[in-house]
Amino acid sequence: MKEKIEFTLNGKNVSVELEKSKKLLWVLRTHFSLAGTKYGCGEGYCGSCTVLVDNSAIRSCATTIGEVAGKNVITIEGLAEGEKLHPVQQAFVDHDALQCGYCTPGMIMNAVGLLNEKPSPTRKDIITGMEDNLCRCGAHNRILDAIESAATAMQNSK
Amino acid sequence: MDERKDYQDYIEGHKSASDIKRRDFFRLLGGGIYVFFHAGAALDLMAAEGEQRRELPDDFNAFLRIHEDGKVSCYTGKIEMGQGVNTGLAMMLADELDVAYDDVKMVMGDTDLCPWDMGTFGSLTTRMFGPSMLAAAAEARMVLLELASEKLGIEIDNLDVVKGVVYNRKKKSEKITYAQLVSGQRITRFAKEKPEVKDYSKYKIMGQPKFRSDSLEKVTGKAKYSGDLRLEGMVYARLLRPPSHDAKLLSVDISEAEKVDGVQIVKDGDLVAALHEDPEQAEKARNLFKAEFEEVDKAVDNGNLFDYLKEKAPEGNVNIDLGDLSVGKDTTSTVFENEFHDGYVAHSPMEPHTAMAYFDGDKMTVWAGTQTPFPAQSNIARILGMDEAKVRVKPPYLGGGFGGKSAHQQAVEAAQLAKITGKPVMVDWNRQEEFFYDTFRPAAIVKVNSGIDNSGKITFWDYHVYYAGDRGSETMYDVPHQKRTVYGRGWRAPGIHPFATGAWRGPGNSTNTFARETQVDIMAGKAGMDPVEFRLKNLKDKRAIDVLEAVAEMADWKPQKSPGGSGYGVAIGADAGTYVAHIARVDVDKETGEVKVLKVWVAQEMGFCVNPQGATIQMEGCINMGLGYALKEVVEFEGGQVKTSNFDTYDIPRFSWIPEIETKILQRNAPPQGGGEPAIVCMGAVIGNAIYNQTGARLYEMAMTPERVLAALKKV
Repeated sequence: MKEKIEFTLNGKNVSVELEKSKKLLWVLRTHFSLAGTKYGCGEGYCGSCTVLVDNSAIRSCATTIGEVAGKNVITIEGLAEGEKLHPVQQAFVDHDALQCGYCTPGMIMNAVGLLNEKPSPTRKDIITGMEDNLCRCGAHNRILDAIESAATAMQNSK
Repeated sequence: MDERKDYQDYIEGHKSASDIKRRDFFRLLGGGIYVFFHAGAALDLMAAEGEQRRELPDDFNAFLRIHEDGKVSCYTGKIEMGQGVNTGLAMMLADELDVAYDDVKMVMGDTDLCPWDMGTFGSLTTRMFGPSMLAAAAEARMVLLELASEKLGIEIDNLDVVKGVVYNRKKKSEKITYAQLVSGQRITRFAKEKPEVKDYSKYKIMGQPKFRSDSLEKVTGKAKYSGDLRLEGMVYARLLRPPSHDAKLLSVDISEAEKVDGVQIVKDGDLVAALHEDPEQAEKARNLFKAEFEEVDKAVDNGNLFDYLKEKAPEGNVNIDLGDLSVGKDTTSTVFENEFHDGYVAHSPMEPHTAMAYFDGDKMTVWAGTQTPFPAQSNIARILGMDEAKVRVKPPYLGGGFGGKSAHQQAVEAAQLAKITGKPVMVDWNRQEEFFYDTFRPAAIVKVNSGIDNSGKITFWDYHVYYAGDRGSETMYDVPHQKRTVYGRGWRAPGIHPFATGAWRGPGNSTNTFARETQVDIMAGKAGMDPVEFRLKNLKDKRAIDVLEAVAEMADWKPQKSPGGSGYGVAIGADAGTYVAHIARVDVDKETGEVKVLKVWVAQEMGFCVNPQGATIQMEGCINMGLGYALKEVVEFEGGQVKTSNFDTYDIPRFSWIPEIETKILQRNAPPQGGGEPAIVCMGAVIGNAIYNQTGARLYEMAMTPERVLAALKKV
């Protein structure tokens, strides 16, 4: 049964008429044409589909659209402010922390969620927090460096 | 390494009878200066394929164009999949032509815009394509200098170029830009003779680290991969899949699936698919297919794999035979006979195979994440009975390839469904399909029989490799009596492996390097020598010695006893014209068998390194990806059934596994060599040798899982 579901998406109020059981991943990719959020495994193992819901990183392949009703959803497309990249995005560029780039949106969103929770993480906190986001190209060391430096930059700008 | 055979293996199955006329590029493109060129080796290899292949352009397979605004494009069938060639090639072109790096654009992989190319694999882009492109750029620069000389009335010898502006060297105010020179021109050249390119020491852009050019798109989610395309009226396809490889479809009942609102079911022989604008509804309909299959009984599984492979072994082919093994054996004091095993490994790119196809009634356009756009074009045309000129394959960004996206079944499926339905069709495999249809790195066996004399010199080397192919199986060491026997051709063994196998990053080489470098380590131990010292004693190849000495210095290597050491291992390797040496330090948990790799040092010599930043990142990627095949990755299967279906059971490297990494590139003024694969080939051996150094447990099979480590520990 289709229902009206309202939520905030990248800062805008949006409304859809859909079955509540639809997966957020596919609604984002098809209904909203926000294709930066990637399918990687479909079962929550890889983190390619990570987005923020009320500032926490979640797996959009394992979240229904019904679950985000009334909530604030941010995808990779909504992270930068105009031309100004989010400090985590900027750090990924500055550290060359990507290769094929397919896991990158999920990595960045997960890192932002992690920093929302722990603004001054230790290296070990970052490793633990990123553990279930998979990268096959092997950019791990640079991703960790990028998140570490983004955390410092964000703290310094406060 | 027999590269030609590798390519033949690779392009098997990409035959086409159609006689392709060279496309008229001039019709498509406007004014400017064009230099057509070919990546010599690649075309020669194609020519060797003979009559069974389509007619090939004999004069070019890429071209570069100086536009009327002075900007430069290079059109090539190569593709970017994360390895950074879009950056590296642009650096080379800018440097040889003397234009700004930002003014160069690489147009890659589009079969309508780019001349035919075999594909992107084998670390060939920089080392084979690169020099040809440099030569073409040198030719273009010469044309521009001739024009400038005419316009300015100054001898070419007195002209200099800086960032696309030609100056009179003696009077800088006398100048003219490339854009001014090209304006209104239509000049075409064929770079047949090799014009003189610059000496490597003269390059200003190459050799300097350059960050990748596509980061901004990739960190903002704007970079488009195949699955990200949106077309009006597009549908997602979910195809009926067999339970095991080679299973025959007996019957299928689609009546329940048809009841899903808005679904379209296609049934065309074995091609059965549910199509829906909503991917979840398409999936729902697919799950309602009731199909009967007849499965083929294949008497092989993880348990009996290596016995099975030995039993089925094809005949051997001796392709190295130096000296006389029996003479070598006469001077031997100790003989070593060992057998090494390597299991099936998946490519597992984060982006599964995906393609979108659209047929407008006349022309088929396929956006596919593929390493082989042109062979995909041929196969689609052949299978659909279309003229190749009516099929266009456009690769958007690839979410990783590693050899796995040389296979392009998903592109064929999308094209078939698009032709039948007339709609834009997206075929985006799920993770289970990705594992099922992956062309796994083949399981393989290596038997080595070798000896040393009392002084610690290797006396003979008798090497037998089954199923891996011979890439990376050169002895490397200075051994007077040696023989190599190769069983099976390349990485395929049709009818033997229960599913498809194919090229996996550095194909065959990781298996061969594991065997060779473990065997050498065993001999060093028996000789009572330090493993670095033993290797240096037996090496004559200067490039190998250089990287080994460099890495030993980096790691501050101290001769130590093995076993009973502090977990240090060493290994050397060569791949794609490049030499590498690794040292690793590990910590083995003797209770659980878990191996933590603490640090890896790598020295790499790859001729002239075009982009040290890109090359360094490839080395790091190789080390991290290599942890997986070395320690954890095991494809579970039973006959033709692939049991592994997702990342819950297939364990690829995670952040907590990642070692500290220290890399060094030995820069040389020699032609550039491959960089995407070499640093992965030593990972098995260097970790295995480090495990032995700490514990005395010797691993003869990859992956070196905790269970296998525990089993080896019990034998100590």
